[in-house]
Amino acid sequence: MAIENRKDMIKQGGIWVFILAELIFFSMAGHYWSVSNQAFMDPGNMLLLLKQSAPIGIIALGMTIIMINGNIDLSVGAIFALSAVVLLDSLSWPFMMAMGDWALPLAWGFALLTGVTLGAVNGLIVWKTGIDAFIVTLGSMLGFRGLVFMYNGEQPTSNLNWTLVDFAEAQVLGLHTATWFLFGTALVLWFVTTRTNHGRNAYAIGNNRDAAVNAGIRVGPHFMWNFILIGFLAALSAVVFYSESGSVNPNDGMLYELWAITAVVLGGTKLAGGYGSIAGTLGGVIAIQLLRKGLGHIGADTQTVNLVIGLILIAVLFLDRQLTRKGKEELKI
Amino acid sequence: MTSPSPVLRLEGIVKTFPGVRALDGVSFDVRPGEVHALMGENGAGKSTLMKVLGGVLAPNDGQIYVGDAPVVMTSPQEAKAKGVVFIHQELSLAGELSVAENIFLGELPLKSFGRVDWQKLYADTDRILKTLNVSFTARTRVGSLSIANQQMVEIGRALTVDPRAVIFDEPTASLTDAEKVVLFDVIADLQASGVGVIYISHRMEEIFKITDRISVLRDGQYRGTLVTAETDEDKVTQLMIGRSLDLSRNASQHQMGDTALEVRGLSCGILFEDVSFAVRKGEVLGFYGLVGAGRTEIAETIFGLREPSAGQILLNGLEVQITSPIDAIRHGISLVPEDRKDQGLVLGMSCRDNMTLPQIGRLTKGPFISDRAEIAIFDKYRDKLDIRTPGWRQTVGNLSGGNQQKIVIGKWLSMHPEVLIVDEPTRGIDVGSKSEIHNLIRDLAAQGFAVIVISSEMPEVLHVSDRIVAMFGGRVMREFTSEEVTEDNLIQAISGIAANA
Repeated sequence: MAIENRKDMIKQGGIWVFILAELIFFSMAGHYWSVSNQAFMDPGNMLLLLKQSAPIGIIALGMTIIMINGNIDLSVGAIFALSAVVLLDSLSWPFMMAMGDWALPLAWGFALLTGVTLGAVNGLIVWKTGIDAFIVTLGSMLGFRGLVFMYNGEQPTSNLNWTLVDFAEAQVLGLHTATWFLFGTALVLWFVTTRTNHGRNAYAIGNNRDAAVNAGIRVGPHFMWNFILIGFLAALSAVVFYSESGSVNPNDGMLYELWAITAVVLGGTKLAGGYGSIAGTLGGVIAIQLLRKGLGHIGADTQTVNLVIGLILIAVLFLDRQLTRKGKEELKI
Repeated sequence: MTSPSPVLRLEGIVKTFPGVRALDGVSFDVRPGEVHALMGENGAGKSTLMKVLGGVLAPNDGQIYVGDAPVVMTSPQEAKAKGVVFIHQELSLAGELSVAENIFLGELPLKSFGRVDWQKLYADTDRILKTLNVSFTARTRVGSLSIANQQMVEIGRALTVDPRAVIFDEPTASLTDAEKVVLFDVIADLQASGVGVIYISHRMEEIFKITDRISVLRDGQYRGTLVTAETDEDKVTQLMIGRSLDLSRNASQHQMGDTALEVRGLSCGILFEDVSFAVRKGEVLGFYGLVGAGRTEIAETIFGLREPSAGQILLNGLEVQITSPIDAIRHGISLVPEDRKDQGLVLGMSCRDNMTLPQIGRLTKGPFISDRAEIAIFDKYRDKLDIRTPGWRQTVGNLSGGNQQKIVIGKWLSMHPEVLIVDEPTRGIDVGSKSEIHNLIRDLAAQGFAVIVISSEMPEVLHVSDRIVAMFGGRVMREFTSEEVTEDNLIQAISGIAANA
């Protein structure tokens, strides 16, 4: 089906065309309205953009496989915050203080373990009760956020470690540490979704769960692994980000779940499951960050940025629908 | 002979899609008081034609006449206003609303300020229901009705206008024999009042029972109209597929092996009780019975999708515990499910990915799936089963029903099963591919597989089976060898009459 493949290519490539359009638009618009003297496409600016994409980007990559399953995880923002609290707080524990710099990998380990555990809790509930993932993670979103507040009240948890800061601010081959983590995660998950048994099963389950069960795929454990994966990635995102900032507010990471979902959807993954790609999500993440940065570049404030992103999301999905429609056979509503 | 002028006439209808000529100059007419069958294989263009007639698709060429007036249908509403109404195969009713609300959905009679005129609504509905001769009232909640009665509501919807032509699309697909009789009465009433009926169905017996003429489409082309009384199934089939279909008895010539699967006293709650049977290697065991007799449920229990309340399953003489499809697959039991699209295939995936799905975990090289191993399996079974697809990348959802079914069968054959259970092997598959699937099942038995075939079509069961288990109300009524079985004693057995006649 040549036609079909071409359509797929347009859809897969669509997000990158959109990114290109953004680059051209903001470079040109920047000439007239820019509030800074710097060119928009300045290499330093672009590298920074990638770094800033990383925290939500790493989560969105994990969200892709969850959404390919036909599930959703609303608790990632809370997992992100709780992992950050564990990371920074553990550094001030007496036995950790005594270990010097050797405490750093251990603190990372604690934080990542937190993410894995919370993810496993989500996954286990979804598997064993059969309740919809949306509801389960809506509950755990509130619950995990509650844990964050129980930990340190309204107070921020702070611990700036200069070794960590140096690590986070390092640039290898020009790319920041966070960017490397973003690309590394994308590469691993790209291999997982396109080349492994687990990835194949993810698409099969999302596309037709009954057929997957009939083919002998263990759907429950599969879900659980993916929730563990996204828990891990939410924690990884926190670890990379807070190594540098050194201070976490109990409200940090709020709405991250929605930004992650926005990026995934923008990247062409279907909310109903069974269809989507890691490359698309990476594009979605970069497109959103470009939009924020670009609008900032031409002097728009944060509120305007959100309005524009919202409108663009709907416009993009409308376009996608027009592309997907097969003739006029589809029902009109 | 002067025939009355037709209520509906199509002339030279052409509809093209990119790369496909879906309808290529189709012409036929429906006379008042006539039941006119429209037949053709899947993909012959029946549904496209109906969409053109219903105003869903615009034809590229050709003309539709209602009575003597040329018309252009631009929407389903317009078609209905002109007296051309459809009874679709899939019911589209709002289950939580009353019968009256459903019948007048979108056109409720109104009083001032947009208030519904309930009195008029119920009165009008009662008038329609009376002509349909049904047992429910205008106020009944539609969700509480049987499928057959819901279909009556759907027909009631058509009668809110004065119809000139009513089109039934596979109306008997989910009806019992008794319900069919009621439906045919309604069709006869429509006929008597001078309405032209177009009747679309794959079921020959019905076609020959109720229709006056038969028009046949093949590959988007009109192949001719036959007078039902002057033709027979063979001629119609030939017109449809260009050759005739062999449904003769077909007992195995080859030697059969040992018993592969034996089931003793298997029960599952109220679904079925005390079911025992055995199937040998190289044998095709047919299961025949009415919908709801428990056949599919037995298959699902053996495959681990349902938990049995009693009984044993033995494979090669040894008892096995099967609590999930994973167990079943490990023991070499495979199920080609009843509903190919909902239970058998991942429609959005490629042909190859569907075929290798149950064993993908074994086809890995290191952490990654081996493309070569996958394609090797696909190629092998594509050739073996003669699956026609442009390539392994083809999305399974775009294949014809027959080829889809072969993908499901190939998927399980590639697992080298001991027992293959095929539930409704040819449901929704066109006549030509049907015989291919039948031959395939016979071939598999000849190769030494133990095959269980569950079917609601008697000719099919008689054609492929070496032995037949007749079921009624969750019980095995009788087991027939292919020598003893006749259509009469089989029907008696599945109706619950004379279990040991």
